Amino acid sequence: MSEKEEFEPKIIGFLCNWCAYAGADLAGVSRMQYPPNIRIVRVMCSGRVDPSFILEALKDGADGVLVAGCHLPSDCHYISGNFKALRRIKLLKKVLEQFGIEPERVRLEWISASEGDKFATVVKDMVDQIKKIGPNPLKGGIEA
Amino acid sequence: MTEEKVGAILVVGGGVAGVQAALDIADSGFKAYLIDQSPSIGGVMAKLDKTFPTNDCSMCILAPKLVEAGRHPNINLITNAEITGLNGELGNFEVKIRKRSRYINEEKCNGCGSCAQKCPVEAIDTYNKGLSDRSAIYIEYPQAVPLKYIIDREKCIGCGICQEICKPGAVEYEQEDTEATLKVGSIILAPGFESFDARLKTEYGYGRFQNVVTSIEFERILNASGPYGGLILRPSDGEIPKKIAFIQCVGSRDAQLGNNYCSAACCMYSIKEAIIANEHVPIELERTIFYMDIRAYGKEFDAYYSRAREEYGVRFVRSRVANVEEDPLTNDLFVHYVEDGEPKTEEFDMVVLSVGMRPPKNVEKLAEVLGIKLNQYKFCQTDTFSPIETSKPGIFVCGAFAAPKDIPESVVQASAAAAKATATIASERGKLITIKEYPPERDVSLEEPRIGVFICHCGINIGGIVNVPEVVEHAKKLPNVVYAEDNLYTCSQDTQVRIREKIKEFNLNRVVVAACTPRTHEPLFRETLSEAGLNSYLFEMANIRDQCSWVHMHEPEKATEKAKDLVRSVVAKTRLLETLKKPVTSVIPVGLVIGGGLSGMTAALELTRQDFEVHLVEREKELGGHLRHIYYLPGSENPHEMLKSIIKDIHENEKISVHLNTEIVNVEGYVGNFRTTIRSDGNEKQIEHGIIVVATGATEYKPTEYLYGTDARVLTQHELEENLAKDRFSAKTVVMIQCVGARTKERPNCSRICCGHAIKNALKIKEVSPETEVYVLYKDIRTYGFKEDYYREAANEGVLFIRYDDEHKPKVTQENGKLMVLAWEPILKTWFPIEMGTLALSVAVVPNHDSERLARMLKVPLTKDGFFLEAHVKLRPLDFATDGIFLCGLAHWPKLIEESISQACGAAARAATILSKKTLEVEGIVSYVDEDLCVGCGLCISLCPYGAIEKDERGIARVKEVLCKGCGTCGASCPKRAITMRQFTDEQIIAQGLAVLRGAVCG
Ligand code: FES
Repeated sequence: MSEKEEFEPKIIGFLCNWCAYAGADLAGVSRMQYPPNIRIVRVMCSGRVDPSFILEALKDGADGVLVAGCHLPSDCHYISGNFKALRRIKLLKKVLEQFGIEPERVRLEWISASEGDKFATVVKDMVDQIKKIGPNPLKGGIEA
Repeated sequence: MTEEKVGAILVVGGGVAGVQAALDIADSGFKAYLIDQSPSIGGVMAKLDKTFPTNDCSMCILAPKLVEAGRHPNINLITNAEITGLNGELGNFEVKIRKRSRYINEEKCNGCGSCAQKCPVEAIDTYNKGLSDRSAIYIEYPQAVPLKYIIDREKCIGCGICQEICKPGAVEYEQEDTEATLKVGSIILAPGFESFDARLKTEYGYGRFQNVVTSIEFERILNASGPYGGLILRPSDGEIPKKIAFIQCVGSRDAQLGNNYCSAACCMYSIKEAIIANEHVPIELERTIFYMDIRAYGKEFDAYYSRAREEYGVRFVRSRVANVEEDPLTNDLFVHYVEDGEPKTEEFDMVVLSVGMRPPKNVEKLAEVLGIKLNQYKFCQTDTFSPIETSKPGIFVCGAFAAPKDIPESVVQASAAAAKATATIASERGKLITIKEYPPERDVSLEEPRIGVFICHCGINIGGIVNVPEVVEHAKKLPNVVYAEDNLYTCSQDTQVRIREKIKEFNLNRVVVAACTPRTHEPLFRETLSEAGLNSYLFEMANIRDQCSWVHMHEPEKATEKAKDLVRSVVAKTRLLETLKKPVTSVIPVGLVIGGGLSGMTAALELTRQDFEVHLVEREKELGGHLRHIYYLPGSENPHEMLKSIIKDIHENEKISVHLNTEIVNVEGYVGNFRTTIRSDGNEKQIEHGIIVVATGATEYKPTEYLYGTDARVLTQHELEENLAKDRFSAKTVVMIQCVGARTKERPNCSRICCGHAIKNALKIKEVSPETEVYVLYKDIRTYGFKEDYYREAANEGVLFIRYDDEHKPKVTQENGKLMVLAWEPILKTWFPIEMGTLALSVAVVPNHDSERLARMLKVPLTKDGFFLEAHVKLRPLDFATDGIFLCGLAHWPKLIEESISQACGAAARAATILSKKTLEVEGIVSYVDEDLCVGCGLCISLCPYGAIEKDERGIARVKEVLCKGCGTCGASCPKRAITMRQFTDEQIIAQGLAVLRGAVCG
């Protein structure tokens, strides 16, 4: 991050193919505008997201990570991947706190294929929130 | 007569039933034509927001089926078209069709939608039920299949803007209607239903009062892509309503209108709408449902109904609403009704009318053209034992056109119709289908990655915002990219040719397309790679439209930067892509049917009609199951005769091996290759087969209440039926008590068939002994669909129906030899005694005691109640989540004869999609275990939802590739990182994620 220009967080989004990614597509089809800070990585299921992916992203300077899947309890295309994601992310947040990383940087959301608006709102919200928290402390560390 | 049959089938109607039928047909070796009057397929389900009882998003679960139908090489979609004539007979029909002009060249239109954005006309959006506008050039809904625009010529002003803006030149104002003739062997009718026109119910004010809407309109209001973006607003003033009334049976159970039947799905969809509504407003909504009977008769529906009351705070008022009035100043509504004998008036902000199902539009014309009979309500005429057959051989029916029904039952019938329609032309299997040949795959394993990047302008959709040439330049500099170019439309036919040329010219071994979403377009490009002799998994897409240009329209520079990021990150993943093989397994063309009742026998016979061999295993010493105890039906059909003839068919059928007195001991293997051990008289034997149909039935609840077992005059309905059939009946007064053992704390759900059974017996009593008084003590009478006619008939015959609730359950006593019941009279609010000669208990249907054992052997789940649980209650009602195992009959849930037959036929059709193939090819995106790293902890085995991982002899995990669905949960949890999820490997995902960040840091 250079000089005083406004801090633009970089957010990585791991979205499941069946609901959240489809919801993001719908936001597009419906031309809902949201800030261009998120970069989406498609996975088949939120249950595919290994906490280490999130840690890697944070280590490499992501200011926030969004994991989004199908609604609980029964929307997951693979029966229960969303529950597995839920458990893992809860644990991960605890770990992050111990390392002094704000757990709000990592967010888990359930977004259905018809919730384009929800996807847009989540991204807006997350960008605002992370702007408030400020850049990822690890990013500075690596660059310095 | 020696004329050859035709191996193709016409499916009329592209709703969920038609689509399912077409898919089953095409997947079992026949060609399907799917014709629909609308410009796109999807039917009513595409308009729904959520579905009951799971609250699944309707479009999310439907869209994949629509896309599959749209892309299937053996399904020919003919939209915006109608049938004009029919010649020929079973095996050899000639169907004349007229395809109305779209004024759009379907080959050229790529669905980009630039035309609709610029069209100056505002027309009424019928998809959103007239609650919002659309342009004159339009698609019905964003996920429309086929994604081809159409011009509404009535609204079009001919300004020519769309023609100018359409880069592919697809707009053809001069296009004319075309006629065609299709040759098919059989026909399936799935034209669905029309919603009742609520205007005809003038007393409810629909059409006069703005805040009175129909349930389908409300469904659109709830939807995020609906008229108010998913917020509930009053049409009159755009205010959020605080109090909503739902009025049931609008246009159903209404003899005055001539619609005596029950529309079967409205109670449940209204409960769903009432539950969901609360999520669509920022306040706590007051929701009231006015009903006559709540007909929550389906699988776990009653539990949903209870939750609506207890958890979601929906209020239920048992009353037929008299009329609705409006306050002209505020547009608020006054609902007038009678509750417990007292007239009442209540004010609401909005009223939703639960409109019933009517036969489809123009149905008489269709029936005339095809020569089929309609019933008195103008739905298709069918019989109890042939619920799928129309009156004309070779023409079959499914879905709401056969009788009002909900989605899963439509899907079940659709598969059943596919079974029937394909069985008539089974000899023609495989003759008309296209099997595509591809050039041999080039081995790229030793080559350095050589990536080609194709970046799409999508007309102006991407190119109008993102600086595409700049992105191309960026792509060219990325590692391993040897070629990059931009295209006006990367998905167009000519670009596919170009991609193949570039693969040759530059010796590309990996391809990236930056365009729209892989969810719709990945299959197309994969196909292009296969055609060019590259493994189709050496491909990735960057979504720079839906998730970039369209959502950052006012920030072109940032959008361009993001597009570069997205391309860079996908290239980073693509460098690591590997060739994947699609695992292949052989198929043993033999079926195993467990259970020799009506469902099992029907499934077995259907499978043999498809030319497959079947093992039919029955635990008892004779076939027939429950049907043996059914002596008559409410209509004129004779169930015993039918049973005899079915059993005879089974025994005479050479393709069926019947195993009586036999139980299943062990099941091994997987789809296509099962090995099952059966035991009979202590002898064990193994059979090999490709699929399993579970048709094990259910049993009757043995009551402990109401003196059953202590007083011989207390019978179950089955016992009463037997007495009636065998002239052993003599009582002067008969009382029937409904819901014995059902809808209780322990068993919260409805057993579905008992209301019909009671009414059948009541009518029989009135027939053989008209003087006998019959009382039916009930909670709700649930004679759904056309069964309502029998309810009315019974009432007309003088059968007295008296409602009770949980606080006022009937009390049965025996004093001095007198059998008495105290019944609560809800209107007079008093208990009154009835002396009776016979008390008939309508008892619950309960699962077999050994279902659990079988479920464990098959590794399939049960519901809380203990019935078998299908893969998806809405759209996969016949399949289990485990491939190759199917479900039908009472083992699934209590059901009527015609429903069991439909389900059994449907299960056979689903099974045929597997048995008809010599080998099965499954998705290549599966996980694999690195043996050197695996320590055999077994975590992945416990996590896999499909049982696709097992331990080998050494205690090391091994993936059964044919069972793996590729979710990747195992990969995310392996503590030793021994599991790789192909196409989504840790390295690939991390590379894709980090490429973005690295770029950000340096650039
Ligand atoms: S598929 Fe979406 S969370 Fe599992």
